[in-house]
Amino acid sequence: MEVPILKQGEILIATVQAALTDSDLLQLRRALVEKVAKARARAIIIDLTAMDVMDSFASRTMREVAHMIRLRGAETVIVGIQPDVAFAMVQLGLTMGGVTTALDLEEGLEYLHRKFRTIL
Amino acid sequence: MAQPVALDTLHATGPTTSPIRSHSELTAEVLHELVQHLRQNRTQLREEWARRITEARLLTAMTKEEIFAEATSVYDNYVEALATGTFEALQAYSRNLSERIIPRGVETHEVVGIVLLLRDVLARSLFSKYQADFTKLDRILDAYEPAANRIANTVAVGFVQERERVIRQQQEAIRELSTPVLQVRERLLILPIIGVIDPQRARQLTEQLLRGIRTNRAKVVVIDITGVAAMDASVANHLVQTVEASRLLGATVIVTGLSPEIAQTLVNIGVDLGKMNTVGDLQGGIEQAERLLGYKVIPQNEAN
Amino acid sequence: MEKSLGVVENEICVLIATDQDVVAARQQGRAIALQLGFSASDSTLLATAISELARNIVTYAGHGEICFRVTQNSGRPSITVTARDSGPGIASIEQAMRDGYSTSGSLGMGLPGVRRLVDEFEITSVVGRGTTVTVRKWKS
Repeated sequence: MEVPILKQGEILIATVQAALTDSDLLQLRRALVEKVAKARARAIIIDLTAMDVMDSFASRTMREVAHMIRLRGAETVIVGIQPDVAFAMVQLGLTMGGVTTALDLEEGLEYLHRKFRTIL
Repeated sequence: MAQPVALDTLHATGPTTSPIRSHSELTAEVLHELVQHLRQNRTQLREEWARRITEARLLTAMTKEEIFAEATSVYDNYVEALATGTFEALQAYSRNLSERIIPRGVETHEVVGIVLLLRDVLARSLFSKYQADFTKLDRILDAYEPAANRIANTVAVGFVQERERVIRQQQEAIRELSTPVLQVRERLLILPIIGVIDPQRARQLTEQLLRGIRTNRAKVVVIDITGVAAMDASVANHLVQTVEASRLLGATVIVTGLSPEIAQTLVNIGVDLGKMNTVGDLQGGIEQAERLLGYKVIPQNEAN
Repeated sequence: MEKSLGVVENEICVLIATDQDVVAARQQGRAIALQLGFSASDSTLLATAISELARNIVTYAGHGEICFRVTQNSGRPSITVTARDSGPGIASIEQAMRDGYSTSGSLGMGLPGVRRLVDEFEITSVVGRGTTVTVRKWKS
């Protein structure tokens, strides 16, 4: 299942649908890394609102995406992790490492706009 | 005959040429007979039972009419269980009944008591009917006793389980009430943790906080642990988990009320305190939160 | 592709061989939990545990199965999930159960984490024969 990736200014927004398999996640990672370069994006937002389960592979892949995106000079913000999912994640011992997280798309965009404003 | 003779056929009073029947066949026949008896004498046996319930001062929380109504359905279900030999319906009925009478204040010993009384009333009735024929009475009781005991067990257990469920629900409700997540300002939540934290309560605290963060769109959470009764490794772990989970929802967490002892416990379980945002007391924590949110903080003595 | 669901006695089993099966298994688990009236939170915990167990099967054994059994005694339902494989087995269960899950989250099979998500946890493994992990979650 392909995850739709939209462009909003200098920001790419990937909105995940529920039930991503491991291959879907790897495909998303590939697509994001590719598109960031092509679109010269400064940041990506990955919206996990519809993600009903975050297991070890999913969280690791997210961290890898952020790492690879950073190597291309862009920032990653993960948004929309649901309360139940967050709770399960910490029980399992999973974290997002140093990846920035925000409550939802609106918060994520606000965070980035503030950050870019100050960089300028 | 080459076949071994089953013991119970020795009790058979018919001619020796009658076919050998299985033990369960005989039991079924006997049960059928006594169920007939119990159904035929339903009215007086039920009255007898209701009388003995009152005599034993059971079900005092219920009126006579209520006792009679319940007695009727208990009796019928009892006899039905005897007739069918299956207990699922009885189990369901027992839980149903318990759901009704527990709010009335009926207690376990009363439920056990009335079922045993019914067992006795019915047994006595069987004694008087078959007293002339001991062999027959023997067979009747052989069939009746295990079934009656199973019934008493089923009803009592059903009641206890329902009671336990109600108690669990009440405990849950109490926990909900006693774990307030307070919205003090826009985007700022305070969670004062007070008292003893067992794993269940810790879990509930975390879940409530996370839901609160989403509902209130909180960006900063102040968790005050000044009032925590005892901080051991397990509670410390829950605290760390709560902080991490809140971060996943994009909220910054400030922990206040951290005593040196608690700080030590956290360090012992491997928490990097440098990564955790801690402030001495709740007031200080709130002020820092407000700063983070962009509110201008005016110290008390400068106001006015 | 049709997922094969074998029904044996009161067990429903999902064959696990691909990453799609991992998703199928956890969705099945969640569905059963929600049907029994488990809270959304508990359903997510269970689904997450199943995801990890199913993933372990694919990663370490190649294929196996995840079976669900519902018990309703004492009026309080519970779901028992059994993850079975005939893979290489675990040499040291003790080591696997030690919390080797650092914050990078990439070490080990995540079994200690799975244990935290459920109420009962049991594991048996024979090197060269396979592994069976059984977990149980009660409705709260």
